[in-house]
Amino acid sequence: MASVSISSKEQYNFDVVRKFAIMTLVWGVVGMLAGVYIASELAWPFLNFDSPYISFGRLRPVHTGGVIFGFGGSALFATSYYVVQRTCQTRLISDALANFTFWGWQAVIVLAATSYILGFSQGREYAEMEWPIDILIEVVWIAYMIVFFGTVMRRKQPHIYVANWFYIAFILATALLHTFNNLAMPVNLFSMKSYSLFSGAQDAMTQWWYGHNAVGFFLTAAFLGMMYYFVPKQAGRPIYSYRLSIVHFWALSFLYMWVGSHHLHWTAIPDWTSTLAATFSIMLLLPSWGGMINGIMTLSGAWDKLRTDPIMRFLAVALSFYGMSTFEGPIMSLKDVNALSHYTDWTIGHVHSGALGWVAMITFGSFYHMIPKLWDTKLYSLRLVYWHFWLATIGILLYIIAMWISGIGQGVMWRTFDDFGNLKYAFAYTVEVVKPFYAMRAIGGMFFLSGVFIMVYNVWMTIGQAKREAAELDAKLAAKLARVGA
Amino acid sequence: MNFNFKHEWIETNVGLLLVLTMVAISIGGLVEIAPLFLIKNTVETVKDAKGLETIRPYTALESRGRDIYVREGCYTCHSQMIRPLKDEAVRYGHYSLAAESQYDHPFQWGSKRTGPDLARVGKKYSNEWQVQHLIAPRSMVPESVMPNYPWLLSTPLDTSDLVDRLRAQRAVGVPYSLTEIEYQNNVKRFGEAVAQQLHIPNAQQNLVKQAEEGNFDGDRSNITELDALIAYLQVLGTMVDFSQYDSDHFVTFR
Repeated sequence: MASVSISSKEQYNFDVVRKFAIMTLVWGVVGMLAGVYIASELAWPFLNFDSPYISFGRLRPVHTGGVIFGFGGSALFATSYYVVQRTCQTRLISDALANFTFWGWQAVIVLAATSYILGFSQGREYAEMEWPIDILIEVVWIAYMIVFFGTVMRRKQPHIYVANWFYIAFILATALLHTFNNLAMPVNLFSMKSYSLFSGAQDAMTQWWYGHNAVGFFLTAAFLGMMYYFVPKQAGRPIYSYRLSIVHFWALSFLYMWVGSHHLHWTAIPDWTSTLAATFSIMLLLPSWGGMINGIMTLSGAWDKLRTDPIMRFLAVALSFYGMSTFEGPIMSLKDVNALSHYTDWTIGHVHSGALGWVAMITFGSFYHMIPKLWDTKLYSLRLVYWHFWLATIGILLYIIAMWISGIGQGVMWRTFDDFGNLKYAFAYTVEVVKPFYAMRAIGGMFFLSGVFIMVYNVWMTIGQAKREAAELDAKLAAKLARVGA
Repeated sequence: MNFNFKHEWIETNVGLLLVLTMVAISIGGLVEIAPLFLIKNTVETVKDAKGLETIRPYTALESRGRDIYVREGCYTCHSQMIRPLKDEAVRYGHYSLAAESQYDHPFQWGSKRTGPDLARVGKKYSNEWQVQHLIAPRSMVPESVMPNYPWLLSTPLDTSDLVDRLRAQRAVGVPYSLTEIEYQNNVKRFGEAVAQQLHIPNAQQNLVKQAEEGNFDGDRSNITELDALIAYLQVLGTMVDFSQYDSDHFVTFR
């Protein structure tokens, strides 16, 4: 009697959410560890150890894939399944299909990482997975659509909550981008290797339409969905402006898809595409800041909680970094700025102020809110959340400051001429100059990663505590039943 | 007509929400990408005085070298796209043309220069320099942070699926020839010597011949991955003789 499984008692399917939540942390550790390692390889190249399997070029997609699709993807599955059930007040339409998305997605991450190490790559940034893995992603994604859209259809509320709009846009856009960017011809049915359907300029346009919208929809729209649920929850206040959320949702969805070719300024694509992309990038500032302002204004009025609630700090800092990097992005998309910033570490810094500052911080904040609810207990330690917060914040600052200095330094040095009209700096010299900042970046990454380790410990202890509490409760119940029975 | 739109209609109807979202996210890509496949001068045609196209698909050996370039993730640190900026013209050479990567599946323009651009690295350094630099970069450039690639020299080049690889590229539009008609067509486009190289039935024999004559890795006893990679690097950016054209000829295509 005492051993009734938790899931069957539940109104919602939290089992799959818990599994995704745990894997989010696992992939966070793996992906960021790979990140710290490749950052260290750039600072101290002996770390490549003459091994093909851990050389920078093969390990880099392990890092990007591990954090974007492993950490970020699992976090989105976890929170989207959590939010859609709570806001629609209904259980996921199919436990089996939801479970399939879990195992399917984990298989994708494991296969992708293994294949990169073994040297299989499509050679397209953030879409390095070869064709068999792409097909598996496609299948998992269709299952995800069925579960998510089906659950929304079965909602007990007439309205679809705003967080779900963003999750829907993310799911649709990812399907669209993934499908078209990965069209390729395999060498043969038993070969992992394939050649992309498009070539040269058209291939570049397709890839950066994908690449930037992986940022736009996977790493932004979807995490805004997270923001729209967890920020009001943690602040205990409703969303600041309903109207603003409508306007910025549609503007964001429409505008993002135009801006990909700002990654291709001054390249061999037609000039009008890059001008169009720059124009839309500037316009994109408005909906981006619309979302940021909506979040910040929801927190405002609960500012006093910032002193007592470290989770609020994660959410507030995440929104600040979101505002910062969505301002920096349009600036970098101006052709004249881009002429300097492109190809340099500035881009890497920009990506990480978004990825660490926004994506990871909003995830940490949301998870510290969600995890105790999933396991029906209290967080093991708020003090450790403080530690995590400061380690993460210091880590990000070290990282992006290092990349600003080295990036702008590279951009300036590469274009400097001496009095005789010759290039002033040899390329090799500029590599020497940025080395200390590569070390600084690696150290920033270590700070950030150590914060994640603290979170893992905290969550581990929280789950252990939940299990003890459940066992105690069961024992009490059993004792009571025994008395009644006797 | 009284048309009083309420956003509530969308919020309460998941079908409508899905359709409208799909419309919103589809327009940008359609407007920017689709025309590139339709507008002819997106990729310029570069012909020499005899009317032959000078930009050709990679030979079998070069193509295998490119596969290795992609496998090792060279694009994560090296771009292959020179921009029309003064410093890049001095450092790397003439800015890259769209036509120069028209047979690149996938494109390898890159997004980061931890190391220098490679779009015109071909023939800049000797084969011997390339061998030594790939095996131990810091022995040639002390400041370098590039990994050592010693396994390229010790790994024999796998050519077992060479024909399949070329056929797959042919299927996506690279003019490798399988039939006599296709071959003759290539003779007209590229001249006979190049057409020979692009003929898939001769691929294996062409590859061996180029590797032996080129002696890219300095060791004639076997064909290694390094042979292929260096053959690829040495052809990068060498297919257009810019001295043959007016200095602003190519600007008209941008």
